Amino acid sequence: MNDILLNLINLETVFQTRNGVAKAVNGVSFHIRKGEIVGVVGESGSGKSVTALSILRLVPAPGRVISGKILFHEEDLLQLPMAKMRQIRGDRISMIFQEPMTSLNPALIIEDQLIEALVTHRKISRSEARNRAIEMLRLVEISTPEKRIKDYPHHLSGGMRQRVMIAEALLLNPDLLLADEPTTALDVTIQAQILDVMYKLTQEMGTAVMLITHNLGLVAESAKRVEVMYAGKVVEEGPVADIFGNPSHPYTKGLLKSIPVPGQINGEGDQKLYEMKGIIPSLFKLPTGCTFHPRCPEMKSICNQEHPPLCTVSPGHQVLCWHHS
Amino acid sequence: MVWTKLLRTNKIGLIGLAVILINILVALMAPWVATHDPLKINISKQFAPPSKEYLFGADEYGRDIFSRVIYGTRYSLYISVLSVLISCIFGVIFGAIAGYYGEWADEIIMRFMDAVMSLPGILLCIGIMAVLGPNLHNVVIALGFVYIPRFARIVRGSVLSLRQKEFVEASIAMGNSDLIILLRHILPNCTAPLIVTASTTLAYVILAEASLSFLGLGTPPPAPSWGNILSEARDFMLQNPWMAVFPGVAISLLVLGFNLFGDALRDLLDPRLR
Repeated sequence: MNDILLNLINLETVFQTRNGVAKAVNGVSFHIRKGEIVGVVGESGSGKSVTALSILRLVPAPGRVISGKILFHEEDLLQLPMAKMRQIRGDRISMIFQEPMTSLNPALIIEDQLIEALVTHRKISRSEARNRAIEMLRLVEISTPEKRIKDYPHHLSGGMRQRVMIAEALLLNPDLLLADEPTTALDVTIQAQILDVMYKLTQEMGTAVMLITHNLGLVAESAKRVEVMYAGKVVEEGPVADIFGNPSHPYTKGLLKSIPVPGQINGEGDQKLYEMKGIIPSLFKLPTGCTFHPRCPEMKSICNQEHPPLCTVSPGHQVLCWHHS
Repeated sequence: MVWTKLLRTNKIGLIGLAVILINILVALMAPWVATHDPLKINISKQFAPPSKEYLFGADEYGRDIFSRVIYGTRYSLYISVLSVLISCIFGVIFGAIAGYYGEWADEIIMRFMDAVMSLPGILLCIGIMAVLGPNLHNVVIALGFVYIPRFARIVRGSVLSLRQKEFVEASIAMGNSDLIILLRHILPNCTAPLIVTASTTLAYVILAEASLSFLGLGTPPPAPSWGNILSEARDFMLQNPWMAVFPGVAISLLVLGFNLFGDALRDLLDPRLR
């Protein structure tokens, strides 16, 4: 029990807008152990990113965490005063964003952005901070970091910028790294390299990673456990092997069937690429009962009546579905 | 980088820059450029028309108008640069706070700015000068105050859009304080619109200063500010038009210079912001 680093308990984040209340995160509970890589998958709008932002208490303006607990080292982040929270951000928990092209300040050289966090959190001298930053850039496999550190962001390619972002995020050796679709905006050939660097470093440093993505391939390759999110809820969670080997929620099954296999796309019948019916529901007006029932190919009569229970398929593998009760 | 691009692509902006530089040079070298003491009275030369000795003629006290216009450059540049600096500093502070914190800070600051803007600039200056009394530095204060809202609005707008940028979010996620985020991540990215606003406001301030002096509420005579020279020439406009023409041309030239340069800067810096 003691190796649990982060424990989300019934987290609810809503966006209060003129059109009503959007329940972006609707009662999410899961945990991340020390040094563990957990994949969080789901479609756009399923609440993955908002969950990550909620952990850092960075949910943008009309949004608010209305209930739940975020236990980090057994301390509820939601109860901390702002000054304490600021010390945790970047130091104990850091985040990598989706868009490397805009995540770096165009007006500052790399060095200034990298050492900023070090100087804020560790109170060390500039030259010492610079040496640490150069060392970190070398670890993320940027060549001639002594020179690159004087560059402005527009001198660097997208892949290089994401490496810089990873360096910045890991500079203070955090306990937890929130990676919000870190490779979505990159070239496919670069994606693997960036992830390799990220995994290698986090494993060496013992940093836990919450990898948010809609790319199931990434999760299968690297994560230990997977959380599948749909419409603000975790619908299935479990070890990677169980999720891929024995998907239990109809949504997970659909996601797995939707992965294209080379040569399959133009096929007929069984060969045709599976396409899930419908779209994610409006967060303003979630369907009654199981939120997935309007799209579910295995819908039963009870599905649109009552919320499904959380059922255990095998140890550590749980699913939110009536079919397993 | 910006300067070489300006040289290559914008000839008109270059002319503006040249006019400004010449004015600065003249202001610095005034004692060497001027042919007479601008305050020396010589009644025997009263209303002398332009000649070899008195290039722009002489005024009702026989003072050399050429020398007065040359020294007037000092007043115009000193007042305009200083008051634009004041507006810029306060405008940046107010605009940044309003844009960054939003909500009630934004409401209070921007409604106050609206109130200042709702009054015509010259009228407000006249009011302030009437309260403070005519004095060179009060002119700077009055003009500086009147143009604060221009800067505040520009900065607020930029800050509002920059706040949404991912690098600002990333910086917050790194645990940086509001002050660091504002000073290091937001304000450096506002410089382009600020430079443009400053250069066009300089032109406005030169005009406003001349208007104030013309109305007798600006730099107190006998100081040879352009507005003063013009104001004294008013009574003799029909008999001795050159008395008004030369300071008028000087004002127009410098204002034109700042406007051309400001326009060129806007063309140059804006696309990068997008």
